[in-house]
Amino acid sequence: MDENSAFVNDTEMKQLFSRRVFFASMLAIMMGILVLGRYFDLQVNRHQDFVTQSNNNRVLMRPVSPPRGLIFDRNGELLADNQPTYNLTIVNERSSNLEVLIEDLQKLINISPQDIAQFRERLKRRKPYQNIPLKYNLSENERSILAVNSFRLDGAEVFAKLTRYYPQGPFFAHVIGYVGRINETETRNIDTSLYRGTDFIGKLGIEKYYENALLGKLGHEHVETNARGRVMRSLSKEDPIPGANLKLYLDANLQRTAQEILQDRRAAFVAIEIKTGGILAMVSTPSYDPNKFVLGISQTEYSELVKSKNQPLFNRAIRGQYPPGSTIKPMFGLIGLQNKSITTEHVIDDPGFFILQGVERPWRDHNSEKGGHGDGIDLAQAIIESCDVYFYNMGLDIGIETLASFSSKFGLGQVTGIDLHGEQPGIMPSKLWKKHTLGEPWFDGDTINVSIGQGFMLTTPLQLAVMTARIASRGSHIVPKLVDSKNDLHLKSDSISLMPVDIQAEYWTYMHQAMQNVVHTPQGTAHRIGKDLNYTIAGKTGTAQVISIDADEEYDKTQIDQTQWDHALFIAFAPVEDPEIAMALIVENGEHGSSTAAPIARVILDSYFKKVEKKMLVDR
Amino acid sequence: MYKSDFVRQLQTPGGTIQLRRSIQVDYTLAVILLILCGVGLLIIYSATGQSVFYVRRQLTFILAGFFIMILFAQFPQRFWERWALIVYLIGVIALVGVLQAGIEINGAQRWLDLKFTRLQPSELMKICVPLMISAYIAKRSIPPSLKHVSAAVILISVPVLLVLRQPDLGTALLISATGFFVLFLAGIKRRYLIGAFILALAALPSLWFFVMLDYQKQRVLTLLNPQHDKLGAGWNIIQSTTAIGSGGWSGKGWTQGTQSQLNFLPESHTDFIIAVLAEEFGLIGVLILCMLYTMLIARCLYIGLNSLTMFGRLMAGSVAYTFFIFVIVNLCMVSGLLPVVGAPLPLISYGGTAIVTLFAGFGIIMSIGNESKKSRSVS
Repeated sequence: MDENSAFVNDTEMKQLFSRRVFFASMLAIMMGILVLGRYFDLQVNRHQDFVTQSNNNRVLMRPVSPPRGLIFDRNGELLADNQPTYNLTIVNERSSNLEVLIEDLQKLINISPQDIAQFRERLKRRKPYQNIPLKYNLSENERSILAVNSFRLDGAEVFAKLTRYYPQGPFFAHVIGYVGRINETETRNIDTSLYRGTDFIGKLGIEKYYENALLGKLGHEHVETNARGRVMRSLSKEDPIPGANLKLYLDANLQRTAQEILQDRRAAFVAIEIKTGGILAMVSTPSYDPNKFVLGISQTEYSELVKSKNQPLFNRAIRGQYPPGSTIKPMFGLIGLQNKSITTEHVIDDPGFFILQGVERPWRDHNSEKGGHGDGIDLAQAIIESCDVYFYNMGLDIGIETLASFSSKFGLGQVTGIDLHGEQPGIMPSKLWKKHTLGEPWFDGDTINVSIGQGFMLTTPLQLAVMTARIASRGSHIVPKLVDSKNDLHLKSDSISLMPVDIQAEYWTYMHQAMQNVVHTPQGTAHRIGKDLNYTIAGKTGTAQVISIDADEEYDKTQIDQTQWDHALFIAFAPVEDPEIAMALIVENGEHGSSTAAPIARVILDSYFKKVEKKMLVDR
Repeated sequence: MYKSDFVRQLQTPGGTIQLRRSIQVDYTLAVILLILCGVGLLIIYSATGQSVFYVRRQLTFILAGFFIMILFAQFPQRFWERWALIVYLIGVIALVGVLQAGIEINGAQRWLDLKFTRLQPSELMKICVPLMISAYIAKRSIPPSLKHVSAAVILISVPVLLVLRQPDLGTALLISATGFFVLFLAGIKRRYLIGAFILALAALPSLWFFVMLDYQKQRVLTLLNPQHDKLGAGWNIIQSTTAIGSGGWSGKGWTQGTQSQLNFLPESHTDFIIAVLAEEFGLIGVLILCMLYTMLIARCLYIGLNSLTMFGRLMAGSVAYTFFIFVIVNLCMVSGLLPVVGAPLPLISYGGTAIVTLFAGFGIIMSIGNESKKSRSVS
C-alpha cells in the first residue's frame, strides 16, 4: 500500500470515525439522561411511596400478650398461676411448602393426627402471616430437636408462652373454672382486637366472670423482619398491661378441708363470711382437674367426665337444685312470727300425721312411727326436733303467697347475684307460678308440701347458705361474692343500699336460740355434733325426699336405687353470739341430715375455728 | 505468528533506537478503574451482609484482572491485531465446550470448570468479538463494503448463536451489540444501518415466537406489569425499585439498606447491586458512580480518537460503547425499564470472569494508548 495515499485515507477515516463517535456519544448521553431520569423519578419524586413500601416490607407489628391476672385466696395463696409452656407454631406464609413442612416435623417429633386436624381447622380461620399453633406443651427433648433442625424448618417456630396453671388442681375447679382456647362461637362474640396476643379465654367460673379484668391490655412491638419473616430486631415496644390480680374471699384451707372430707360423694358445700358476704368455701364434689382443659383435653378423657354418673363437671353449689327439706323451717318460723300467724307461745299437738279436710291421704311426720313429737309443741321445739306437723299447720295459716314473697327476701326463688355465671334460681312456688308453669290451680296440699321444703320447692346450696347468712346476720341483705379485690383495690358491693329483711329483733334472737338448741341440746336433731364444742353452732338439719312415698308405704332404702335415696342437708352458722360464718351442705342421697350432713359440717367448721384461733394466737 | 511479537521492539517507525525502560500504564484509566473497583468492594461487603469472604474473593479477581491489564498493556497494539483471530477462535471453542461439558446452574449452561476456577466464556466473548471485528474491518476498506460487513456479521453470529443455545438471550444480544459498535464506528453506510434496523424490527416477532423461551417471555411480561405476580416473577423488580426509591437523595447509609440487609432484594451482590448502592447512597451515589463511568468511557474514547491506526480506534471506541451499553442495560434492568437479563454491573457486581474480561479489554486499550503516546513523543 502506498504510504501517502494511506495517510490521506487515514485522515478521512479519522474524520469519519470522529463523526461516528460524536453521533454515538450524543445517543449515549441521551440514553444516560433517560436512565438517570428514571432514577430521579424513583428516588426523588416517588421517594415517599417507596419508603412506605420498604417499611411495610420489613416492619411488622407484633402483639405482645399481657400476662393474665393471677388469682389468690384470702391469705395470698396462689390459685391460678401462669407458667411458661413451649408451643410449636407455623406461619403458613413463610413455609415454602406447608405439607412438606408438616411431614418433616412429624419425622422429628411426635405430632398426633388430632393436633394436625386442629391445626388445619385453625388454618382456615387465621391469616397466612399469623402464627398458628401446631403442637402445645413441647417437652424439653422435643424443643432441643426442633432447635437443632430449625435452619431447615422455615415457617416453624417454637414460642414460649405463659399458660394458665392451676396449682390446686381439682380443689377449686368449680369456683375458679378454667381458661381454654378461644373457639369459633367465642370469636364471634368478642372484640378480637383485644385477643390478638392470646389463644385463651375464660371458659368457666371466675375465669369467665372476670375475663375482662384478668385479660389485661395488649401491648405492641414493632419488629423488623427479613424477607423470610424472621424477626431481626425490635424497633419499638409498647408494653402490655398485665391482667388484674384477683384476691378472693375464699379460704384455701377451708376449701381443701371441705373437698377432702366430701371426697367422691355427690355433694355441695358453701360457706359465707357473714361480715362481708364473701364466699369462704364453695365446693362441689366430685371435682375434676381444670389443668386438663387448658391445653386441650383428650376426647376419651372428656367423654369419661361427661358420661360419669357422678357428673363431676356439674357445679352443684350454684346449679344443683334440691328440695331444701327441713332446713327451710327456721326461715318459715320467722315469717310466721313476723306475720303474726303464730306466736312464740303458740303450741300444737302432734299425733305424727296431719289431715287436711277433704283429703283422704294424711301428711306424715318423719317420726310418725314413733307416734309423733307429742303434745304442746311450740316453734322452738318444732325447730329443735324438726316437727313437720307444726309447719303444716303454720304454713296453711300463713298462706303460700306470703311464704313466697317473704322467702324471696331471704334470697329464695331467684339468683343470689354471686359473681359467677350459670347460677340457677331454684323455685319458690306461688299460685301464679303454678298456673304459669303447670297450668293448674294451687291446692292447700301444695302449701303443706312447701311448708316443710318439699313439693315444688327447689333451692341451690348457695341459696341455702345465703338464707342462713341472712338469718345469722338478723336480716342483713347479704349478697354472696367471691372476689374481694382487684389489684388490691377492694370491690364495692352494691347490696348495701338494699332493704334488710324486716323482722322484729326478739324473733331473730328466739330463732337463733332454737337453732343453737338443734345442736346443743340432747333433743336436737344435730345433738351428736354438739359434743366437745368450744364454740357455739346454730344449725338445722334437713332430709329431702327424692321420690314421693305413698302414705301406706314405708321408706325402705334397701328397696330403692341409691340415686333415689333421700338427700341429706345441713345449714348452720357460728358462733351463735356473734356469727362469723354461715354454711349450707347437701350430700346427695346421704339419707339423713342429722347423721350424714351435720357431722361433715362439724369437721369443716372445726377446721375454720381452729384456724381462726391460731390466727388470734398469732395476733396476740 | 510473528516472531517479533515476542521480542522487545527496538526499532520504531522513525528509525531511532529507543529502549523501553519501564512498564507502560495509562494512569488515568488505572486510577478510575481502581476507584470503581473499590466502590464495588464496599457495596459487595454491604450486600452480602458484611461478608469478608466475598470481598476477599472479589479482591483476588480484581488483582488478577489488574495484573492481566498491565500485562496486556505491554504488548504492542499490532500484537492484538494479529492475534485477534486466535483469541476469537479460543473463545468460540470455549463456548462450544460450555455446551458440551459446561456446568449447569439455574437451568442455563454458562460455566466451564477449569479445576482451579470457573470460567464464563460468554463473558470473554464480550471482548473477543469487538477485538475480532476491529481487527478484521481495520484491514479492509473504510467504510466497509457489503462483502466485509456480511463477513463480519457471520463472525458475530457464531458466538451469538452459541450463547443463545446456553440459553442466555441477554448476553447474546449484548455480544451482537459489541460487534455492531465496531461496524458503526467503522463508518458502515447509513443504508445498511437503516436496513439493519428494519431487519431487527422484523425479527422481533420471530424472536418472540421461535427463539425466546417461556421464562424469557415471562420476564418481558413482568416488566410490563410487575404487580401481576408480586411474590413470583414480579418480586425481583418490585423489591429492586423499592430499594432504589426508598434510598432517596442521600440513601440510608452504608450497610443500613433494609431492602438488601434483610434479603428482600434478590441477587443483591451480583446483577442487582446497583439497587444496594442506590438504597444506601441515594441518588447522589448513583450520580457519582455514573460520573466515574463517564470518565472511564471518555478516557477510552479519547484514546480511540488519538489512535493512529484504524484498529486502535475501532477497538478503543467499541470497548468504550460496549462498556457503556453494559452499564445502561444493567441500570435499566434493575430499575424496571428493561426485562431482567443476566447482565452484571461492570466492575461493581461480584463475579470473576466479568472483572477479568473487562480488565483485559482495558489492557488492550492501554496498549493502544501507549502506541499513540509513543508515536507522539517520537514525532
